Amino acid sequence: MELTTVWFALIAVLWIGYFVLDGFDLGVGMLLPVIGKDELSRRVMINSIATVWDGNEVWLLTAGGATFAAFPLWYATMFSGFYLALLLVLVGLIMRGVAFEYRGKRDSATWRKRWDWAIVVGSALPALLFGVAFGNVVGGSPIEPLVGSQPDLAGSLNFTGNLFTLLNPFSLLMGLMTLTVFMAHGAIFLALKTSGEVREASRKAALRIGLVAAVIAVATLLWYQAFSNRVMFTLPLALIAAVCWLAALGMTLKGRDGWAFIFSSATILLAVTTLFVGLFPRVMVSTIGEGGIYDLTVTNASSQSYTLTVMTIVAVIMTPIVLVYQGWTYWVFRKRISTSMIPPQPASGRADDRFANAAG
Amino acid sequence: MGALQLSQWQFGITTVYHFLFVPLTLGTVWLVAGFQTAWFRTGKVKYLQLTKFFGKLFLINFAMGVVTGIVQEFQFGMNWSEYSRFVGDVFGAPLAMEGLLAFFLESTFLGLWIFGWDRLPKKLHLATIWLAAAGTALSAYFILAANAFMQHPVGFEIDPETGRAVLNDIFAVLFQNTAYIAFFHTLASSFLVSGAGVAAVSAWMIMKNRQVDVFRPAAKLGAWVILVSAVLVSVSGDMDMKVMVAQQPMKVAAAEALYTTTTNAPLSLLSVGDLSGDSATTIMEIPGMLSWLATGSTSGEVQGINDLQAQYLSEYPQYGPDMNFVPYVPVTYWGFRLMIGLGMIAALYALLVLWLFRGGRTPKSRLFAVFNSVIVLFPLFGISAGWIFTEMGRQPWVVFGQQITAQGGSPLLTVAEVWISLIVFTLLYAILAVIEVALLLKYIKAGAPEVVNEDPYGDAQKDADKQLYFAY
Repeated sequence: MELTTVWFALIAVLWIGYFVLDGFDLGVGMLLPVIGKDELSRRVMINSIATVWDGNEVWLLTAGGATFAAFPLWYATMFSGFYLALLLVLVGLIMRGVAFEYRGKRDSATWRKRWDWAIVVGSALPALLFGVAFGNVVGGSPIEPLVGSQPDLAGSLNFTGNLFTLLNPFSLLMGLMTLTVFMAHGAIFLALKTSGEVREASRKAALRIGLVAAVIAVATLLWYQAFSNRVMFTLPLALIAAVCWLAALGMTLKGRDGWAFIFSSATILLAVTTLFVGLFPRVMVSTIGEGGIYDLTVTNASSQSYTLTVMTIVAVIMTPIVLVYQGWTYWVFRKRISTSMIPPQPASGRADDRFANAAG
Repeated sequence: MGALQLSQWQFGITTVYHFLFVPLTLGTVWLVAGFQTAWFRTGKVKYLQLTKFFGKLFLINFAMGVVTGIVQEFQFGMNWSEYSRFVGDVFGAPLAMEGLLAFFLESTFLGLWIFGWDRLPKKLHLATIWLAAAGTALSAYFILAANAFMQHPVGFEIDPETGRAVLNDIFAVLFQNTAYIAFFHTLASSFLVSGAGVAAVSAWMIMKNRQVDVFRPAAKLGAWVILVSAVLVSVSGDMDMKVMVAQQPMKVAAAEALYTTTTNAPLSLLSVGDLSGDSATTIMEIPGMLSWLATGSTSGEVQGINDLQAQYLSEYPQYGPDMNFVPYVPVTYWGFRLMIGLGMIAALYALLVLWLFRGGRTPKSRLFAVFNSVIVLFPLFGISAGWIFTEMGRQPWVVFGQQITAQGGSPLLTVAEVWISLIVFTLLYAILAVIEVALLLKYIKAGAPEVVNEDPYGDAQKDADKQLYFAY
């Protein structure tokens, strides 16, 4: 297999990792006002993802870095083209990242409420906009050469639209898909990770949002077939994804939380696979020009074989190691969390150590 | 201002801001690991208190470093797409490695450390903070190796068809002297800042007569960390200077506002007049010192700005006869001096702490108290000045000798778009800075937690539904 194909697959793996993992913690963040009716249940929700969200987000950073290393022209064209959308993503990620750490650091309801909104907005923006961005990648956006900027065609390809070009119907639908799927995925995770009233509320939310997400996702993935390069693979894949989603909801209904989470993760895996399989060998589709002459592809956008070889060695060694220790974290913190397990809200700096009062 | 200049401002602002949090993180994590190890070894409760106290300050700071770091990785593509196209084959590799080798390590094990007190056996829990510390250092190494490529590009060739850089030796990129000296220098200066932070906070607590027994050893440790790292900062800075003379002589000349090539060149201490002209008036200088710093001999030759400008004009004719290869001298000259001066103040402070707090004494001086409460800013801004010098001193190049900054921007970015992002980042960062500092002060004032010397892991094993030991 060509190294460029290997790297196309590896980038897909990184995005799958990101959407499966950060997908649920973005979902939990968005569900904060939906499921977290009181302070204690909101803290249960936040603590259910507190141990892992940062590690999950590294999948995004690594996907970004790997795209830069393996397909620099893809990275350059996409990141400069989707400028304002990515700015909003960054603002969201900054707000929620700081919010998790700072929310409990002052004993004030107003303070916590503000950070709660930072978590909700900061989770919703990336959840929506990553879908929109992928919609433009796989469905196409205006990409054309700039005269005289580079000696070769691929190097001169740039996104020539604007923020409103990005917000086309298909991409907006994609955004709604990621938004609702992540919400439901987050609810399914919460059902698995908590007990008591939060778990019950999460299961209800998972079913309600999950059905909406199912409709949107099926519509999106069917529409996507119009852009797919190989419908004979992507259509069955999309259908299997839909079946997995229904299985996830069915398992939620039966209270089999572990299976539900496995199935919703499988759905995301299959949906992302569908997108990438239908995209290959293109990495960014252009809506301009005949016969895809302005498409960025694994061949014209990639690094040379030396870089790809080096990075393949690093990835082959490191990815399993990362998976092992990240998996181990999930094992260490596998216990369900309930409201009764949440220590009292830190009143001051020293009291958020539980033994402060005991020791006087 | 055009989109390119705005992008430069944005990169400068976001990077300097990001690097206010990073040095504190890079150094403090090792000190926290050290405190926890001391607790593990001796079982003395004060070390556990110090671990938790400085651990909390570290985490408040770390959160800011993480979120502002994401902006950095995105910005290359967003604002510098031509640069990204040109160097992606080379520059992307260390960035991707940083993700795979460093970011996963630090984020995962830090999560385990924060929440794992009652979930992991004591020894394993101690290991998590050391692994997180290793992750932060590795991360610094990869990004500095990437930066070193911009200062001194190696291990690549230019593809004749596309005109873009192509990697041909990853080991040259990762292990060139520019990279490991920058790492040495950065890590040492990070310890300087962290030592100052630990010493100043501890000294403040002692002077307030609070938890004196806990903070006395920490103040002493902080002062010694400053002194040792000050020596290492100087050694690595000297190594850096010698490498710079060979690799970027223009930056050295600009640091000194040295306009004509000179043997036995003096080190200028203070200078007036228009430094961006073609000459400068020096008031105070040390004869032969610059030559000694640059070449190791007081009679060595140091190239001047005007001669280098002429040399580059003939070396790089593609930029035309009017190309200016001289960085903005006032910034490089003063950046260089601020970096050294502010760092030296930290070293003096350390001596002062050791003297004033010797043998259980506590200073009463108000002047010292004021100095103590702002001292951490000196080495911190010293590092900012150092980076501003390093990056501005490389101008007009973005990759030295290969691509000029003016050709590295995103070609279609509009002025309005960059204004929007510049304003959004600046406002958001300003708000977060206020919040962060307020939280740090609050948790400093709260003092070290009174902990009982127990084993949360053992307790948790006995009682499965027990409250979480630590929760957000």
